[in-house]
Amino acid sequence: MKRRGIILLGAVVLLLPLLLPNAFYYDLAIRMAINAVVVLGLNLLIGFAGQISLGHAGFFGIGAYASAILPTQFGWHPLAAIAAGATAAALLAALVAKPIFRLRGHYLAMATLGLGIVIAIVLKNESAYTGGPDGMTVPPLVLFGHELSGEKPWYWVFAANLMFSVWACSNLMDSPFGRALRALHGSEVASQGAGVDVARYKMAIFVFSAFFASIMGSLAAHYVGFVTPNVADFSHSIELVTMVVVGGMASVLGSVVGAVLLTALPQALATFEGWETVAFGLILVLFMIALPRGLVPALAARFARRR
Amino acid sequence: MSPQFLQFLISGITVGATYGLAALGFTLIYNASNVINFAQGEFIMLGGMLTVYFTSAGLPLPAAVALAIAVPAMVGMLVEKLAIEPAKGAEVVSLIIITIGASLVIRGVIQVWLGKGAFAFEPFSGGAPIVFGGAVLQRQCLWVLGVTAAIVVALWLFFRYSLTGKAILATSCNPVAAQLVGIDTQWVLLVSFALSAAMGAVGGILLTPLTLTSYDVGIMLGLKGFVAAVVGGLGSGLGALVGGLLVGVVEAMAAGYISSAYKDAVPFLLIFVILFFLPRGLLGARVTERV
Amino acid sequence: MALLEVQELSKAFGGVMAVQQVSFRVDAGIVYSVIGPNGAGKTTLFNLITGVYAPCSGEIRLDGCTISGQAPHLLARKGIARTFQNLQICMNMTARENVMVGAHLALDCNLLRGMLRWPALRRADAAQSAEAAALMRYVGLDDYIDSAAAAMPYGALKRLEIARALAARPRIVFLDEPAAGLNPKETGQIDVLVRKIADSGVTVVLVEHDMKMVMNISDRILVLDYGKKVAEGTAREVRRNPAVIAAYLGAAA
Repeated sequence: MKRRGIILLGAVVLLLPLLLPNAFYYDLAIRMAINAVVVLGLNLLIGFAGQISLGHAGFFGIGAYASAILPTQFGWHPLAAIAAGATAAALLAALVAKPIFRLRGHYLAMATLGLGIVIAIVLKNESAYTGGPDGMTVPPLVLFGHELSGEKPWYWVFAANLMFSVWACSNLMDSPFGRALRALHGSEVASQGAGVDVARYKMAIFVFSAFFASIMGSLAAHYVGFVTPNVADFSHSIELVTMVVVGGMASVLGSVVGAVLLTALPQALATFEGWETVAFGLILVLFMIALPRGLVPALAARFARRR
Repeated sequence: MSPQFLQFLISGITVGATYGLAALGFTLIYNASNVINFAQGEFIMLGGMLTVYFTSAGLPLPAAVALAIAVPAMVGMLVEKLAIEPAKGAEVVSLIIITIGASLVIRGVIQVWLGKGAFAFEPFSGGAPIVFGGAVLQRQCLWVLGVTAAIVVALWLFFRYSLTGKAILATSCNPVAAQLVGIDTQWVLLVSFALSAAMGAVGGILLTPLTLTSYDVGIMLGLKGFVAAVVGGLGSGLGALVGGLLVGVVEAMAAGYISSAYKDAVPFLLIFVILFFLPRGLLGARVTERV
Repeated sequence: MALLEVQELSKAFGGVMAVQQVSFRVDAGIVYSVIGPNGAGKTTLFNLITGVYAPCSGEIRLDGCTISGQAPHLLARKGIARTFQNLQICMNMTARENVMVGAHLALDCNLLRGMLRWPALRRADAAQSAEAAALMRYVGLDDYIDSAAAAMPYGALKRLEIARALAARPRIVFLDEPAAGLNPKETGQIDVLVRKIADSGVTVVLVEHDMKMVMNISDRILVLDYGKKVAEGTAREVRRNPAVIAAYLGAAA
C-alpha cells in the first residue's frame, strides 16, 4: 500500500508541471515540497519515535541564515554554506539532546520550545550578521557552475529532493534502525531490554531531523532569495507540528499530505488575515479530537476495514 | 542596595507576579487533568484587551474589570468543554496541540475583532509614582503585588477550608478515587479551567497600565508563565509562585545588566539550566516509573 | 561456577525496603523460580538484576563478571533477556516486528545503509523476519504471524513477549509472571513452553504465582517475603518449609 502511494506521488510530481498554469502555482507547489521534506524529518521524531519538538523551525532558520550569511559576508560557495549550516544544526542538536531527552512529556516539549525561541531571538538580535528583524537577501544557489533561478529549475530540484526523501525515510522506517525507533516509542523499557540504547537513538533521530530541517532551510532561502527571522519563530514551529499531526503521525505519505494541505490553506485564507489564525486553530483542535492519528492513517484504516 | 538594582528588582517582581499568576493557572489545570493549557497566555491577553474594550464602550472601570474577568472564565470553561473533554485520554502530544489550537482561535478572534493595535487604560489609582531608595515605584506595581498576594491567600484558604477546594485537590491526587467518593471530576475540571482563566485575566488586567496590551501579548506571557510553572516544578502551587518571581527577577536583572535585546531569551535559557540539574523543576515530585 | 550469583542485594524506595540482603545462585540450564506473596519484592528483584533499577547495596555477577547497576541495553549484550509483569508490547508495530526488535543486537542498525536500502542489510533483515516467524511458531503463535500486535489477545501477547526475549538468543531469560491472567489451559501451554526453553539450554528464572506450575517445572525455588529470603531449595524442600507455609497462609494460631 505504501509502495503504491509512493509511486502515485512520483507520478503526480512528474505530471504536475503539465497542469500548473503560471509561476504562482509553481511557487505554491515548491513551497509544498519544501514543507513536506521538513515535515518528513520532523515526523520521524514525533510520529515514529514518539518524541516532541516544538522548536524545529529553529533548525530551519539556522540553515536559512547559514546560506544567507556565509556566501554574502564571508565569500563561501553556497554548497559549502549549506553543508556548514547543516553541520551546525546537527551539532547544536547533538549538544542539547542529552540533557533534553532525559526529560519527559511536557518538560521535553518546553525544552524544545525554548530552544527554538532562543534561536529565533539570536537571529533577530545579531543584526550585524543577520540584518536584524528586517532580514537579508540570499545569493542564488550555484550548481555545477550554473546559477539556479526561476521556478521551473527549482521545481525539479525540489521534486527530486522530495522523492528521494520520501523513498529514504520509508526505507529507514522499515530497516532495523527504524524498527528500534518505533520500538522505543512503543515501550522504552522493553526496547532497552532488547539492547536498544534508547538515549543514543533519541539523540540520533533528533540530530537527523535537525540536519534535514537545516538543509531545507538553506534550499528554501536560496529559492526565495530572502530570509527574515520569522522562519525560525514559534509560529513556524507550530505550523510544522500541525502538518505532522494533520497528515498523519508515523506516516511517510501523511507528512506529504499534511504539508500540501496546510501550505495551501494560508493561501486560500490570505485575504482574511485574522481568520487564518482562527482556521488553523480550529483545524488543530478538530483533527486532534476526531482523527488523533492524522488523515492518512485514518484513511488507511478505513480501506483496511473495507477489504 | 544600588538604586539601579532596586529598580530592576521592582520591575522584575512586578512582572514576576503576573508570571506567577499564569503559572498558578497552569499548575491548577495540570493538577486537575494532566493537561498543559497552552491557551493560558491568551486568558492573560483577554483580561487586558477586554478591559480596554469595555472601558472604551463607556463602562466604569470596576464594571469593565469585573466583566474582563468573568468573560475569560467562561471562555476557559468553553475551552474545557469543547476542546479538552472530547479528547479524553489522548496522548500528551495531542493534548498539547489541542490547547495550542484553542489559543490560536482565541487570538485570531481578538485580532479580527479588536485589531492589531496596542492599548492601555488608566492605572487603578492616580497619583505620582513613589520614590523609594532611589528607585521609582509606580503605584500600579503596588496594585499588582497586593492583588496577587490577596489571590494567593484566597486560594490557600479555598483549598484548605472549602469543600470545592478539597474536591479539586482530591481530583488532582487521584481522579478515579475522587470519582468513587462522589466527586464530579468533570465539574472539577470545569471549575479549574474557569479559575485558572480568571487568574490569568487578573494578571493581564493588572499589568496593562504598566506595559500596554495587544492581541499577541498572550504568546510570550503565556510561555514565560509556563516556564515559571516548570521551573518551580509542575504541579506545585508554591513552585509556581516561586518560579514566577524567579523568572521575572532573573529576566529583569539580565535585561538591565547584560542586554535588553535578549530579555525574552532569558526565561528559556533559565529553563535549560534548571531542567539540566533538576529534571522535574525546583519543587516538582521525584517520580520512579513502575514496570 | 553458577551462571548467576546474587549477593546481599538490597534496594530501598524512600522508606520502603523492597529487597533486603537477598543472596542466591542460579546454575546454568535449570529452571529457577522466585515465589512469594504480593509485595514480596520479586519484580523489584528482577528489575535489579536486569538493570532497570540500580541496587543500593550488594552485588550481581553473571558468569563471574560483576553486572550490578549496569544499564539494561548493556546487559542485553551479555545474554540477558526478560519479559514484563505489565506487558510491554509495542502496540504500534506488528507481532513479527516486535519479535525482530528482540534480535536488535544481531542486526545492522546503520542509519545510512537503512535509508539507502543496502542489499546486504535487506537480506539480513529478510532472514531475521523468517526467524521471527519461526520463533512465533516455537511459542505457539502460528495463527498470529502476520497480525498487528494491537489485534492480539492477552494470552497471545504474553507469549509474544517470550518470543521477543528468545529472539535475542539469550543465555538466561527472566520471565515475570508469564502465566498471569491466563486460564488453566493456557497456563498448561506456558508450562510446556518453559520446559522446552530450558531443555534447549537457556537458563530460565521465573516469577510466578501459580503454585501448581511452579512446583511442576522448577528445579530450584527461592521464596521471598517482605523483601527477605525466607527459603531456598528444591520444590519438595520448599513445600514442606514451615516458614514458607507461614508466609503464604499465616502461622498457626
